[in-house]
Amino acid sequence: MTAAKTIPDRAETPFAFSDANQAEVARILAKYPAGRERSAILPLLDLAQRQQGWISRSVVEAVTAVTGCPPIHVWEVATFYTMYNLAPIGAHHVQICTNLSCWLRGSDEVLRAARDVFGVGFGQTSADGTVTVSQVECLGACVNAPMMQIGDDYFEDLDYDSAKALFQAIKDGRPLTAGSQVGRQCSAPQDRMTTLTTDPTTAEGGRWTAPDSPAAGGSGAD
Amino acid sequence: MLLSDKDRIFTNLYGHHDWSLKGARARGDWDGTKALLAMGHDWIVEQVKASGLRGRGGAGFPTGLKWSFMPKTVGERPHYLVVNADEGEPGTCKDRDMMRNDPHKLIEGCLIAGFAMRAHAAYIYVRGEFYREAERLEHAIAEAEEAGLLGDDACGSGWPFRVYVHKGAGAYICGEETALIQSLEGKKGQPRLKPPFPAGVGLYGCPTTVNNVESIAVVPTILRRGASWFAGIGRENNTGTKVFCISGHVNRPCNVEEAMGIPLRTLIEKHAGGVRGGWDNLLAVIPGGASVPVIPKEICDDVLMDFDALKDVKSGLGTAAVMVMDKSTDIVAAIARLSAFYMHESCGQCTPCREGAGWMSRVMDRMVAGDAEIDEIDVLEEVTRQVEGHTICALGDAAAWPIQGLIRHFRPEMERRIRERRGAGTPAAAE
Repeated sequence: MTAAKTIPDRAETPFAFSDANQAEVARILAKYPAGRERSAILPLLDLAQRQQGWISRSVVEAVTAVTGCPPIHVWEVATFYTMYNLAPIGAHHVQICTNLSCWLRGSDEVLRAARDVFGVGFGQTSADGTVTVSQVECLGACVNAPMMQIGDDYFEDLDYDSAKALFQAIKDGRPLTAGSQVGRQCSAPQDRMTTLTTDPTTAEGGRWTAPDSPAAGGSGAD
Repeated sequence: MLLSDKDRIFTNLYGHHDWSLKGARARGDWDGTKALLAMGHDWIVEQVKASGLRGRGGAGFPTGLKWSFMPKTVGERPHYLVVNADEGEPGTCKDRDMMRNDPHKLIEGCLIAGFAMRAHAAYIYVRGEFYREAERLEHAIAEAEEAGLLGDDACGSGWPFRVYVHKGAGAYICGEETALIQSLEGKKGQPRLKPPFPAGVGLYGCPTTVNNVESIAVVPTILRRGASWFAGIGRENNTGTKVFCISGHVNRPCNVEEAMGIPLRTLIEKHAGGVRGGWDNLLAVIPGGASVPVIPKEICDDVLMDFDALKDVKSGLGTAAVMVMDKSTDIVAAIARLSAFYMHESCGQCTPCREGAGWMSRVMDRMVAGDAEIDEIDVLEEVTRQVEGHTICALGDAAAWPIQGLIRHFRPEMERRIRERRGAGTPAAAE
């Protein structure tokens, strides 16, 4: 599983939300009613982590300052949720799902490819600091298993070779193509559509309103 | 009888078409929304009740009935709609497709459902890992605001309504509705005791209803096509269409929208290309996400995929995430993997779950290797009963049920491993 959460030590990187992120801080705070700034803790920690890469004490203090919440409210969130890194990680975060649907279709092979390319396994960062490999629980792309997340993107329908090619591309600094690695369209069955073969803008394709529905009279929302 | 495209709701499930407002409108989203709202709050609730829609997030509670628990008048405290898009039940990946490919169905559903329960705001709680999906939802919400479909006068109805996206940060437990509310309030995702129920005391202490993405996204189409249309699909008490996720050892894994009550075998063979190696190579299926008990092939042969049929065989429809395992599967290891998952995801609040999930996982690991005594199977079964029903939320139950299913249907395999490990010489090991 993911590494145990520990509070970062005093070794500190000073943190302040960047000018660009100040606007985003305001946008996040505006989502919640006045007096409910605590709700912004999760998205603000995420924003800070995107800026700095991990959650340091100084990040917690910045979020404390913005929300007006006591530091413990921020700490308990930072230590509860798995997506917050309480220590610096590699420049690329490779998160391999090993839950049942992925395991049944070969997530062990994806891990093997990571070991072969980066020389590290779960919970470890490569010697050059480029990549941290993590084991994660179900990421919700089970019909495209096995899969992994790199940064914000999902990479699906993997096998040893395609995973290895992706990892090698990271190592070589080449761009990655997200999504299905076998060319599938989202979650559709590969090569043979069994549904949704009718034009969806037609009645036969699903655009219809029953004559007795109140919606039948109107044309659009206006 | 298989569903025809005419009766499908998610007509862009696979993202073949334009997901944006223009494309969504071409497929009929936002058709006549104002006229639907003009029918009034209670009419909408009654229609949803009449459709027979049951919650699509796993528990299967009647959606219209849930809405009717909201106060009929708004007092000091505003009402909230919260959409549970914290999709994380292993095997389940349907809400993701709805958000990325049909986001306007969800947004229109938020308006209609929110209006029905007299709310002016909806929060969609999207799991943090679905970064791209949340991004797309935010874009679609901005489009709807720009077009006047949301805002101070949503769809010209006179009803102010806004939709906000709130991202989680990695915690399966936040799929539990009160843990989700806690998380939305900026706290650890630890479930609350019920009562009070969210309809009385929910988000910020205000009346709140939490619904799954699919439960909300189907509502506009139900109102357009009619409650009787939805109620006419499937079986009594198990009506409508459902998006199934078919993963594991099938030839073509996929998501597909089908009629409730479709036979499991038909679902797998018609849409997922059949079991790898043929139907007779099937070992077992977990029919509704990791939390529901596994069923062996002989049950899979003719079971129907709906709430009541699966309950009758001591399993459940759950999220309709069908995980297929062929005869090459180490079934004990498969269930042990789920036990490890529940250990990892227990929030730690209730002792039976916090301690029990870890204990069960450690014993399951020994069962994989056969490093146990035969009567420990009974002890394990007994411990699952001690955890089940003794925790604030259902995560304890979810940790217990897969193991109960394993023991119920695959005890001989567990015993075989134990005997085998003890070595040759015992009759069982000599076979």
